[in-house]
Parts: sequence; structure tokens; C-alpha cells
Amino acid sequence: MTVTEHERAFITSTLSESRINLEIESDGMTLNLGPQHPATHGTLRIIVKLDGEQIVACEPTMGYMHRGYEKLCEFRTFPQVTTLVNRIDWLSHFANEVPFILAAEQLMGVEAPPRAQYIRTVFFEMARLGNITLFLGEMGLQLGAMTALFYAFRDREHVLNLLEAVTGGRFHPNFDRIGGLKDDLPKGWIDETKAVMKKIRGFCDQMETLVMGNEIFQTRTRGIGVIPKDVALGYGLSGANARASGVDLDLRRDNPDIAMAWKHADFKVWTHPDGDSFARYWVRLQEVRESTHIIEQLLDGIPAGPIMAKVPRIIKVPAGEAYVQTENPLGWMGYYVVSKGDLGPFRVKIRTASFNNVSVLPWVAKGLYVPDIVTVLASLYFILGDIDR
Amino acid sequence: MSSADTGTEVTEEAPAVDERRDAIVAAVAARLGDAVVGSHVEPGVDVWVRVTRDGWAEAAQAVHDLGFTFFDFLSAIDWYPNIHGKNEEPPTNPITVPATSAELEHGVTGGETRFQLIARVFSPEQKLGVHLRCDLPDDDLSAPTWSRIYPGADWNEREVCEMFGIDFPGHPNLVHLYLPGGFEGHPLRKDFPLLARHVKPWPGLVDVEAMPGEPDDDAEAEGSEAE
Repeated sequence: MTVTEHERAFITSTLSESRINLEIESDGMTLNLGPQHPATHGTLRIIVKLDGEQIVACEPTMGYMHRGYEKLCEFRTFPQVTTLVNRIDWLSHFANEVPFILAAEQLMGVEAPPRAQYIRTVFFEMARLGNITLFLGEMGLQLGAMTALFYAFRDREHVLNLLEAVTGGRFHPNFDRIGGLKDDLPKGWIDETKAVMKKIRGFCDQMETLVMGNEIFQTRTRGIGVIPKDVALGYGLSGANARASGVDLDLRRDNPDIAMAWKHADFKVWTHPDGDSFARYWVRLQEVRESTHIIEQLLDGIPAGPIMAKVPRIIKVPAGEAYVQTENPLGWMGYYVVSKGDLGPFRVKIRTASFNNVSVLPWVAKGLYVPDIVTVLASLYFILGDIDR
Repeated sequence: MSSADTGTEVTEEAPAVDERRDAIVAAVAARLGDAVVGSHVEPGVDVWVRVTRDGWAEAAQAVHDLGFTFFDFLSAIDWYPNIHGKNEEPPTNPITVPATSAELEHGVTGGETRFQLIARVFSPEQKLGVHLRCDLPDDDLSAPTWSRIYPGADWNEREVCEMFGIDFPGHPNLVHLYLPGGFEGHPLRKDFPLLARHVKPWPGLVDVEAMPGEPDDDAEAEGSEAE
């Protein structure tokens, strides 16, 4: 007996309906969060298995935005890679370029002149401001406080304008070069930047009262998604996520060997013993404040001189291996660069912060309630391009 | 230090000694004994230790016990030459494929096989990291899993499995991480072509030629214009 097209469609729909009924009647239920969800900063799908309102298991599924950067890097010359890596974590643009350039410089035995190191560090911190200010507002949005986001966008704009004034790019400056920087700072930029730093500190004060002081925000974040110190280390959580769990690690302070100007600035590394979502927000807020102080100190002490070391016109990197890691806005970002004396790298392993930070999610989500998973996701703060590469 | 490779680059000109990093190598070697087959210390930069495949899981436990509790990353390197070239005209380096894997150019700690696992762990107390490596025989691409010692290795091993085709016996859930389920091939292997480049050559490579009207030999100045 042959089945017509119509009959087949009927059978399929009945079968799928019965499957749904089965899922509802069974003791567990599967909920799909994403791939498109405001809390996922991109397209991350999270399959959550529920028992009532409680999460039994949680399985992040990614790859919707996998671009294969590690393979693409093998087909580009060294200067071309910076354009590519700009787009890994699209909110930290400049900060993504720096570790790769430092790795290439380390292999070539070149060091950027002091002025270039200072400007690099200032831009690096400005990338942090542009990134974390958005987080401070956005976390409010995820928990239902919409106003904070608009404040964040308002004040982040000042930082982006400053970056644009120097580099010409608001999101992808592509300004770092092997041996230094593309250009020097324009006239009057330093004074303008100092004025903006005051505004950012004002923004932090606003967020402290508006978001962090909010009773609903505190109830929804305190004690939610607690990550103990040993778990944070085992999963490789870095940056503010680790510091919120009491791990006192900051590569700006702990890695003084790299050619960046943090060693000339005096700043405090904030940690929080709680390890919950609130602590992660709190640490990031303090970090933005520290960051503005770092920028001001560096701008006061910025030396005169060239911004470019002597490098050959066509860059060939000698054979060797280098691993350089920096404290990016989202956490540690490292490039393992293997060169064979070619125009381009032989192998680049990109260690991104969000990848390790999100890998803790199945561990931390167990036993939480459904709305809390959004809190945890928002407070872990990841950018999907940083997970998928 | 129980290594033939140690100090080859270190003692070249400046007899720089990095006592803290040397101590790490010594401690790992003391714990693992014969399992350490090579090591390399670049003073002020980093530490590499190469272990045998049988000692791979034990090495993780050893460094974990030594205080390297922060898991950084785990990946692999395919030392095979890029046989598809970079689609540049003319190719910058002639592509030669050696007869055996042992003749391939390996990195700082040496090696005998085509695939090597690399991993890095970090010590929050000493503020130092150590790279671990191991050779994987060409006919048996597998290594014991680290995910019981460092839970962060779970996703990293899944990525290595799909990208290089390396098996990790004992891994709880070794399914594809990024690639769709039915994807064939292992993209980060050197013999996997980057198809986009075969369809359309990369136009950016033209830019490394001299700009018109400029002499070719001003290689010293204005390196920033090189791209």
C-alpha cells in the first residue's frame, strides 16, 4: 500500500505531537535557550533539562558563529592577522590585536618604543572601558532594568569617539603594528581623554546607586551562581570572573615581562570572596574605575619619542614559538604562535577568555531556577565571537 | 634536567639563567622520571616540557600537585607542511614533504611524530606557566583525557578531537563542539584545504609588492606601510 504525500504529512505531525506530549508528561522537560536570545550576545544555544523549575542539566551548544580563525591565520601574513583577530571579541577590538603583535615582536626580537608602549596600553584600557561599561548597563537590562543600558551607551560613546579620533575606526581600529603603532596621537587628545575619564567615573557612581544599590538587583544576583575558587581555577576562569571568586590574578600586574606600560602605573587589583553574580558585577565596576586611573596616570607620564621601531618593510618572522597572554576585558587572551620563518604564521592557537569562562556553565547551572540562568550568563559576561573564534 | 634539548638556545650568547623556571623543569622531571623526554626554558619567557604519551595523564596530575592549578588551554599542532601552499604566486617557500614524520621540523622541544598535543597550565602562587607536550604516534592518535584532573580540558579536548581527529579515551562526552554532526574531515590538519582560497585567491597578498614609483630597497623605513 502506498502512502500519499498528504497522509505522510498527517502521520508526521501526529507523531511529533505525541512526542511533545510525552515530554511534558515525563518527569523532565527540555527547554531551548537560544540560539537567538538577548542574553547570549550572539548565537549560543543552551539546552536546559528541567525538573519543574529547576535545572537538572545544561548543555551549551555553539558553533553557529565558528569562523575557523586558527585555520584562516595560517593563510595570512603577519600584518594581515591583526585585521582578523580584531573581530574575535568585537567589543575589545584593540585588546585582541595586542597579544598577537607582542608574540610576533617577541619572535622577531623587536620591542616597540616606550611611547608606543604607553599609547598601546592606553588604548588597551580604553577597549576595556568600551567593553565593560556596556556590561555594567547590560547586566541591568538582562534583569529587567532597562534604563542602565541607555546610560551605558551614552558614556561608552565618548570612549569610542576618542578611539575614532586617533584610529579612524570605532569598532575595528586595526591600529597596532609589529614594532609600534600606525600613528601618533592628535593634538589636544590627551586633555579630552582626561575629561572623558571623569565622565566614566561619574557613570560608575551612577551604576553603583542605580543598579547595584537596587534591591531587586541584589536579590536576583546575591548567592546566585556561586563559583568556588578551586572550580574557577580548574575550568580556567580568568579575568573578573576569577577575581570575583577570590583568585588574585591579574596579568597586568603579574606579567611585567611583556612590553606594555602597566608596570609604570599604580593600580589595585580588586577581588571579591563571594563568587556569585553580584561579586562579578562588583569586581567589574571597580575595574572600570581602576582603568580610568591607569589611563590618567599613563597619559601624565607618556614619554616623547618615536612610535615605531625599525622593522623591515616586508615582515618575515624568524622560526620559533611564542606564547603571549594579556589581561583582556573578558579575561586572559593568549596567542600561541608558531612561525617557520615564513611571511605568515605556521600555526596559531588562540586561547580566548570566554571559551573557558562559559565552559563552567554546565557545572554552575545545576540546581538553579530558570530565570537564574540568565543572571549567570549575563554575569559571566561572554562575547560569542570570543567563544566560537 | 633530564633533557638533551635544554639549553641549546639558552647558552648561545647571553648565559641567561632563569632559576625559577629551571626549578619548575627540575620539579616536573623529578616527579615524572623517564616520562620527560625533552624540555626547553627560555629565560624570562616560558617553559616547555615534553613527556611521553603514557605519561600524559600523570604529567597533568604532577603539575596539578605542584601548584599549577589554573588550566590555560589544551590543543594540538600538526607539523606536516602546508601542502596546499598559501595560494600565493610565486610561493614564498618551496613545499617539501619529508618521507617520515620524524624528519618533520618540530618546535622547541623537538619531536618524532606528526601530531603533538600542547597544553599550558599556570600557577597562581608562582605566577608562572608551563607548557606540556607529547608526541602522538601516527597510527594511534589518542591520548588519555585530562578532564578528570582539569575540568576545563573537557571542551578543549572536544575541539581537538574534531579539528585534528585525536581520540581521548575516558572523555565523558567526546562529541563535536563546533562542527555540525556529519562533518567529514579534520579542518586544522594541514592536508585539509581551505576551500575558500581555492575558489578565489586572496587578493591581499598582492599588497606586499612595492608601491608604484617607490624604490624597492627602502626596506628600513616605514615598516608600517608594509601591509
